[in-house]
Amino acid sequence: MLHLDEVSKKFGGLPALDRVCFSVPRGRVTALIGPNGAGKSTLINCVTGVLEPTSGSIRFAAQQLVGRPPHAIARLGIARTFQNLKLFPRLSVLDNVLTGLTCEAGRSLTMAMLRLPYLRHRERQLKLRALEALDRFGLADKARLPVAVLAYGDKKRVELARACVAEPQLVLLDEPVAGLNADETAAIGEQLKRLRGAGQTLLLVEHDMELVMGIADQVVVLDSGRCIARGTPDEVRSNPLVLEAYLGQMEATA
Amino acid sequence: MHTTQDLLQFIFSGLTSGAVYALIALGFCVVSNTMGIVNFVQVDFVSLGGMLMFSALFAAGLPMVPGLLLAVTGVALLAMLVERVGLRPARSDHHLVLIFLTVGLSIILRGVMKLIWGKNRMALPPLTPDEPISILGATVLPQALWLLLLTCVAIGLLTWFFYRTSLGLSMRAVASNPTAAAVVGIPPGRIRMTSYALAGALGGLAGVLVTPITTLSYDVGVLLGLKGFAAAILGGFGSFPGAILGGVGLGLLESLSAGYLSSAYKDVVAFVVLLLVLFIRPKGLLGRS
Repeated sequence: MLHLDEVSKKFGGLPALDRVCFSVPRGRVTALIGPNGAGKSTLINCVTGVLEPTSGSIRFAAQQLVGRPPHAIARLGIARTFQNLKLFPRLSVLDNVLTGLTCEAGRSLTMAMLRLPYLRHRERQLKLRALEALDRFGLADKARLPVAVLAYGDKKRVELARACVAEPQLVLLDEPVAGLNADETAAIGEQLKRLRGAGQTLLLVEHDMELVMGIADQVVVLDSGRCIARGTPDEVRSNPLVLEAYLGQMEATA
Repeated sequence: MHTTQDLLQFIFSGLTSGAVYALIALGFCVVSNTMGIVNFVQVDFVSLGGMLMFSALFAAGLPMVPGLLLAVTGVALLAMLVERVGLRPARSDHHLVLIFLTVGLSIILRGVMKLIWGKNRMALPPLTPDEPISILGATVLPQALWLLLLTCVAIGLLTWFFYRTSLGLSMRAVASNPTAAAVVGIPPGRIRMTSYALAGALGGLAGVLVTPITTLSYDVGVLLGLKGFAAAILGGFGSFPGAILGGVGLGLLESLSAGYLSSAYKDVVAFVVLLLVLFIRPKGLLGRS
């Protein structure tokens, strides 16, 4: 469903991604792992249009994504979360999740003026869907609170609910459990398993190996911007290149 | 010598000019919240409202109410045009670039208005040609009451739009975090154009309502717009309740100081208070730091 072909990204001559190729199959969970600085977040940013790749092509269904602005890519049905949260702090939890449905609500100001009854009906439906999503992610009792007052773990779940509420074709998750405690991690893990069970296509960037190995159908390993291994969790776990990349880093940090 | 009637009179006239400042300040805030810039074309939206009303009444011969609607809609459409052909082709998110573009566009628009409507001062009739009304001894023009009423209606509509519609939610989202807004699929171009339409409608309405009380000329909006800008800063730039509070506060300050001190000092007093507020509370009365 998502195909990356020879994607490279250079920052001032330094390669952050070096001819990365892989595909994300529909209805599966693909995990993207690798040591810090391997280029995982850069890759997610290239797919969602936040950054533009220096070269290469990224296709989604039959569409070329390179060169499109972020909002156009989102409207194709690609939602994402951020490693360090990008929420609307001044808006309520419900409104934050509702923004995930704005692509569907859309229409212009004149439409809003001309078709009031129809629109009011639609707004109510959208609100119902957002409330359902809040319920699924265990946030129903916090719907009216401004996001700024929530605990970090709750904020992570708000962002996840916002990404999933419109049932997008592809959800990109950038370290969904980073900074969470064991209980919160387990809770998010359950949510991800539920999404996977519902056939949601996911691309998951994560450091938590236990989570990755428990949920991924396919694992892609990046190291210094290059794709060094691809396969099932078991294949990747026993791949000597992967071990070296991770062990090498451990020695360096030890 | 001063009586409660005088006080009431001053308060009424303060509220009247305050409502105009509030409308203009709201226009400044709408654009500032979604684009992060001061839109100097706002002052010309005010003049343009009056001018379009003048033409709707005397050139097209329309009655008052359709004339008002046409003038406000017309300014909103022209404001969208200003954004679409004046700002967007710059393809810049750099605030200084955009702000200077609005300064240039403002000068161009004023020049065009001077060409079309001339330099002479004109008079616009009030919405209803009634005699002044006496309320508890204070004399009030019916136009002032219309102005207050329609300002309240505009604020109500604006609140409804921001809190009850998807487009309003999108605009609040962009104001809160533009990156996140783009990533959930909110098109920045449409939001910018909508914010200009709203700013135009607010400025145009202010112009239509106030020019029967003042006079009408191609640059009538400049001083009014400056006051509206001051009101927005006083309330906390970008805050909608702040814009209303700042507008009414500035209007009352002006009229009370004109009444009790001297009308020569009314601008001085108003701006000294503005400076004092900003020295003590730089983010304005209701502003966020």
